[in-house]
Amino acid sequence: MDGVVQLQRQLLDYTTLLFQEGFLNDQFTQLQQLQDETNPDFVVEVVSLFFEDSERLLNELANTLDQQSIDFRKVDSHVHQLKGSSSSIGAQRVQNVCIAFRNFCDAQNTEGCLKCLQQVKNEYALVKNKLETLFQLEQQILAAGGSIPM
Amino acid sequence: MDSAFCPPRTDAFPAGLRVLVVDDDPTWLKILEKMLKKCLYEVTICGLARDALNLLRERKDGYDIVISDVNMPDMDGFKLLELVGLEMDLPVIMMSVDGETSRVMKGVQHGACDYLLKPIRMKELRNIWQHVFRKKINEVRDIESHESMDDFQIMRNGPEQSDDGYLVSGDPTSVKKRKDTENKHDDRDHCDPSSVKKARVVWSVDLHQKFVRAVNQIGFDKVGPKKILDLMNVPWLTRENVASHLQKYRLYLSRLQKEDDLKTSCGGIKHSDLSPKDSSGSFGLSNLTNMHQNDAANSGYGFSGNKKLVQSIDIDPKVQEGDLKGIISLPRTEQKKMLTGEASDPQKARSSQMGFNHSFGSIEQDVNYAAFDSSISAQYSWSGEKVPEAQFQEEHRPSVQLETSFNQLPVPGPQHHIQVDCLQPTLPPISPGSSRKERDKASPAKIKPLYASYDSHHVSNVSPAGSEIDLFSVQSKCQMVNPQAFEPISNITLNMRNQGHNQSGVNDLESFQRNLISGSGSALESLEDLQVHWLQGDCNPMNLGLRNMEFSDYHDQKLITEVPFHLYDPLKLDYEYLSDLTEYPIMDQGLFIA
Repeated sequence: MDGVVQLQRQLLDYTTLLFQEGFLNDQFTQLQQLQDETNPDFVVEVVSLFFEDSERLLNELANTLDQQSIDFRKVDSHVHQLKGSSSSIGAQRVQNVCIAFRNFCDAQNTEGCLKCLQQVKNEYALVKNKLETLFQLEQQILAAGGSIPM
Repeated sequence: MDSAFCPPRTDAFPAGLRVLVVDDDPTWLKILEKMLKKCLYEVTICGLARDALNLLRERKDGYDIVISDVNMPDMDGFKLLELVGLEMDLPVIMMSVDGETSRVMKGVQHGACDYLLKPIRMKELRNIWQHVFRKKINEVRDIESHESMDDFQIMRNGPEQSDDGYLVSGDPTSVKKRKDTENKHDDRDHCDPSSVKKARVVWSVDLHQKFVRAVNQIGFDKVGPKKILDLMNVPWLTRENVASHLQKYRLYLSRLQKEDDLKTSCGGIKHSDLSPKDSSGSFGLSNLTNMHQNDAANSGYGFSGNKKLVQSIDIDPKVQEGDLKGIISLPRTEQKKMLTGEASDPQKARSSQMGFNHSFGSIEQDVNYAAFDSSISAQYSWSGEKVPEAQFQEEHRPSVQLETSFNQLPVPGPQHHIQVDCLQPTLPPISPGSSRKERDKASPAKIKPLYASYDSHHVSNVSPAGSEIDLFSVQSKCQMVNPQAFEPISNITLNMRNQGHNQSGVNDLESFQRNLISGSGSALESLEDLQVHWLQGDCNPMNLGLRNMEFSDYHDQKLITEVPFHLYDPLKLDYEYLSDLTEYPIMDQGLFIA
């Protein structure tokens, strides 16, 4: 059982760190609280949806910004969606970049937009990585017969 | 899942509240679904606005409340909001990650009963039942205060068939539905928090038009549910349905009237007796496509906005300069004009056409009624002598329809403002009871729509149908065109002039007109002011412009001075449209007068 306790501790510490570093915010906690026996994989499912949607949006963004003549409205629309999406799981840092991104869109600043695109891609990759690690930890705990600490 | 017809409410209200969630973001859909389920609500999720509308239409009484995101790919959330409010009369909550005040305001203007900011917490969702409850209470209150309780029975939800084909299901099913709904009503009776239950009849545009026609025929003052029902000749409609609708209608009108009364003229356009001479000759507005001067003898134009209605109008795109007293500049856009009534004044549409969808008449009735019906078009018919017809309502179009028509007629590129000056010869006070037919024909004597387009860019097609511009045949009295009504058409400034009709306030208009004709700038300025007001976007200030027309005689007429914003939104497609317009110089004075 020691192993489980250790893992649980690890999970808690890791989660706390993510919050502290701003990768996740309270919305994520909300999601965790929504999870229950009727839907034990709720958080994972939601986050998976987020990953899918974000990847699609990031691709669209890359395409739109790659055009000869950039349609900033379209860019803005995608960023807006991404912002909404990231807000759903509490991906705070992604959300923050989106805000800056939208400002560049309004200003029709191509360079600014491209930079933001890069930034948002980075943040997305980071949070994806962190969440995957988190889920792995949870799996390990469950596999070891423990329960996820809340 | 056909459980939609099961009584949603149990004794544990609000548990079991039937919520429809519409959001293009799959992540949020999932989260909201979960949250709402935790609140013990019955949730249906939907990723597309169109699907949501279909669902709502299929099960007319299948949902209690709708929660929708503002930004959706296939349809603007605000538009959906309006449609739902008008067609189904359900409370709608908007959501967005964007919390800008202007957006929130827009939501409220369009009729949202709440606006939530994402990320949404569960506690915010827990209380949404209050909106359902509140609506119910208000309905009951309205009914109770206006109808004798004797008449009020459990309303049967008539077959949800409407002329425009909102048939929910085939016959056998509809019969079944009726039974189900009746059962449901019975059940609901026991559990509903409000003691009175009303079946929800969907007042489609067609149905509403019938209603209005009937009301007009009977005469607004003499109207009664039974008479209306008889005239309407809609078999499945009950007297109670009509009664409650009538009552809402009255409230709507009286509200408009009140608002109208409150607004004092802001100076500006008034009826003026524009003598034909003044307007003789066409104005050489550079960008005017057509300049017409309507002869005083020409009746005003009753423009029924409705596309369908328009057909009755014959817009003759010939300019008859000199004959016309007014100046009408038609926007360059294409158009189908729907000038009803006497489009005898040739309206020449050059490249663009103006569709005047407004028939002012009992505009307020119509327009306001839009509240009941998406009559965006505020068809104002300014039939000179006509009393504002209540029939404007006939021109109500469901916003959906408008939307479609709009789609069909692409809005012309540049946005134009159309300023319509309607000269009206003496016109009898507009009485709501006037029938549309009269209006159509008459277009009472002299209505001179005067359109000044300042600049090609300013010609705006406000008509819902996109490129149609609504002309208002000015009725001597009425002329309060509610700018708001024109929101979609927002760029039309109406100047109603009453030719030979001495109305207080008309003088200003007249002089204004004269100025226009003579090319003075001051008149333009006031016009400009109006325009500015108009363009100001979704706000009441727009009323100012029209309000400037002092129609002292019109007190008894319910002029629609204000059309609920949300009614017009569908027409308007996009408020940004308006704001874009504001960027255009309102009046390019140099262009205004030849």
